[in-house]
Amino acid sequence: MIPLAIMLFKSVVVLAFLAVTTMFLVYLERKVSAHFQVRYGPMRVGWHGSLQLIADALKLLMKEDIIPKMADKWVFLTAPVLVFVSAYLAYLVIPFSPFLVVKDLNVGVLYVLGVTSLTVLAILMAGWSSNNKYALLGGLRAVAQIISYEIPLILSIIPVIMLAGSLSLSRIVEAQHTFPFILLQPLGFLLYLLSATAEVNRTPFDIPEAESELVAGYNIEYSGMRFVMFFFAEYLNMFTVCALAATLFLGGWQGPLLPAPVWFFLKTYFLVLVLMWMRWTLPRLRIDQLMDFCWKGLLPLSLVNLILSALWMVFYG
Amino acid sequence: MTELKTEEYYLSMGPQHPSTHGVLRLLLKLDGEVILQATPDMGYIHRGLEKIAENRLYLQIIPFTDRLDYLSSMSNNLAYVLAVEKLANIAVPPRVEYLRVIMAELNRIASHLIWLGTLALDLGAITPFLYCFREREQVLDLFEMSAGARLTYNYMRFGGVARDVSTEFIKGTADFIKKFGSKITEYEALLTNNPIFLARTKQVGIITPKQAIGYGLSGPLLRASGIKYDLRRALPYSIYEKFSFDIPTGELGDCWDRYIVRIREMRESIKIIDQALAGLPAGDFKAKVPLNLKLPAGETYVPIESPRGEFGFYIVSNGTNKPYRLKIRAPSFCNLSIISNLLKGWKVADVVAILGTFDIVLGEVDR
Amino acid sequence: MIEEIKIGKDEILDVCLKLKESCDFLAFVTAVDYPERGLLELVYNLRSLTDNKNVILKVELPRENPEISSVAVVWPAAEWHEREIFDLFGVKFSGHPDLRRILLPEDWQGHPLLKDYVKPGVIKRPETIK
Repeated sequence: MIPLAIMLFKSVVVLAFLAVTTMFLVYLERKVSAHFQVRYGPMRVGWHGSLQLIADALKLLMKEDIIPKMADKWVFLTAPVLVFVSAYLAYLVIPFSPFLVVKDLNVGVLYVLGVTSLTVLAILMAGWSSNNKYALLGGLRAVAQIISYEIPLILSIIPVIMLAGSLSLSRIVEAQHTFPFILLQPLGFLLYLLSATAEVNRTPFDIPEAESELVAGYNIEYSGMRFVMFFFAEYLNMFTVCALAATLFLGGWQGPLLPAPVWFFLKTYFLVLVLMWMRWTLPRLRIDQLMDFCWKGLLPLSLVNLILSALWMVFYG
Repeated sequence: MTELKTEEYYLSMGPQHPSTHGVLRLLLKLDGEVILQATPDMGYIHRGLEKIAENRLYLQIIPFTDRLDYLSSMSNNLAYVLAVEKLANIAVPPRVEYLRVIMAELNRIASHLIWLGTLALDLGAITPFLYCFREREQVLDLFEMSAGARLTYNYMRFGGVARDVSTEFIKGTADFIKKFGSKITEYEALLTNNPIFLARTKQVGIITPKQAIGYGLSGPLLRASGIKYDLRRALPYSIYEKFSFDIPTGELGDCWDRYIVRIREMRESIKIIDQALAGLPAGDFKAKVPLNLKLPAGETYVPIESPRGEFGFYIVSNGTNKPYRLKIRAPSFCNLSIISNLLKGWKVADVVAILGTFDIVLGEVDR
Repeated sequence: MIEEIKIGKDEILDVCLKLKESCDFLAFVTAVDYPERGLLELVYNLRSLTDNKNVILKVELPRENPEISSVAVVWPAAEWHEREIFDLFGVKFSGHPDLRRILLPEDWQGHPLLKDYVKPGVIKRPETIK
């Protein structure tokens, strides 16, 4: 009973933490983009607009929740919940420090990949149920993209698992106590980062919600709180892939001098900034070019990377 | 196993859509993402300017021309006053000619900046949009200094311009063009050789020279297809003969060529403004022309090279103070006529790239 | 510099096909309404992009049931110009691939650029400036 209570408490803490993180990420993105674009970004609410996000959240909460007349109602209503839950579940196994982890599963990597791929189901549900052609196009694009990019993503993680000899995220971090795996797996890290960017639909791979083509993509019909859930999930997913990259390749919370969580967040936020940098610099690919890039570029490369790592481990490991 | 059945469907793109640049509606027949048929539908902001003009004095029509291609009002003004001046045989003081060229070229820069920003935006790059607007603001400041307005300038008059420019304007313009070249380099650093940008624009939406001429395309679209035809050279108006500048052309007629032609045109505009500023004579900024101008019976058509192509007014006068018939030859309208032919076989994402490089302004398509 | 040619309405296709050899570019097509003379005048501006040949071609049509062959087969550019003239003047172009209204809604009554057009329900603006 007591361990269950502790776990419940921990998950609530994680939820609160995620809410704050998302707000901060949105604020960060707005500020970063603003400075990329020689503007200031939010400046009015609070110091340098730091309370802007609270104002925005309140506004969105008070908005009318519109359900289109021709929408498939229940699917339409559950999609944002599902997308949010799948984004949230991933955090339960990510080790923020040796002790700050809700549940250290022995199949942690598998679990994270499993729950995050639920997102694609939710996006398809949203796109289909909205009964809007733009949403449908966005949903189908998202499915094609996310499922395709999952393959190089997983293939680029496998060498790390082989090096650590475990699927548990905490064990993988511990295995990097001498040096981070990025030194052994530079190509793997690059492949992971690229496929992860596509996984979370960020520029240059943001075609499912390409606003200049599909207006908003799968979430076009959503308003108010339901829209916020998509928005939340998007930023959470971005944070997840960065946290995962930090855990798998950059040694997670390991690092000299500073306390463990600080190292974890430093590494994660560095990657978050890289993703933001990419978003505010690059144009967007077209769907067929995107698929080409995955199946003809990333997939063969990640296979080669996997085989070479395996051979290296057999002969030198 | 039963065979999987696929269906074609219609997607109504616009009139409210972020990438149709106004209120153009494209009815797309799609097979998945591939376009089988595209039917453009215009007229959402048709104001009947040609009809209204028949009931207005010649002078009263100048503000209406601002509202045609609202991104290049100076060029519209210029086309109109040139046509009226030709019919009425009004001599223009030399200072005015120089001022008009400066304004028209500054306007070309401002208009191309909007085009560049929105093209990048359509292709998913948001940052160049704001860079372009940063420089456009400076041009608008210059216009505000001279014409008093930032969008609809209403600056040209028959035989002159509305008011003379100040020395600050001349200094500001000189400053601007001195710095602007490096800004273009900045935009190009973001786009020109970016592999994603190349993938999205190279070999996309190719217009052959034959097609371009057949469909009556003009301006950068025609030149991107490799035809060296610029009205500033071919049928010189105002004092463009006095200036030396190149006519940039493309090779293939794809989206990238249309992009690079406009980029290089901005650099040519800098050259022209530079020469015009150097040669700007002192003197009157206005000839004596009656407000209630009566034009002799007759007809005229003076085409000019607006940022979007051949812009001209065909005026038929019956000797009164109002035009008997005023036809507006709008480049966006003519350029757009190729679109349903061109879009076939491309993907939804290419629609925005192709439309983006067309640089249409619905104000002059619908008139 | 500008050559002006007046032709009858039946010759239009032959003349245009012949002119196309020297003037490849169709700048615009428009119409002018002359109710007193009972005719509509179509104006074609053709140009050569290589030399400075510039031709204005004029065709007079009767005001009642104006009809002429379309030159869209010669210059595809004419397609939209002719649609516009059909829309605003009511000239029928035989052989046009897609003759629909272009600027006004499909169900619009009348052709606004005709001189005797009065929009139903609109009071004519008083002539204040003479």
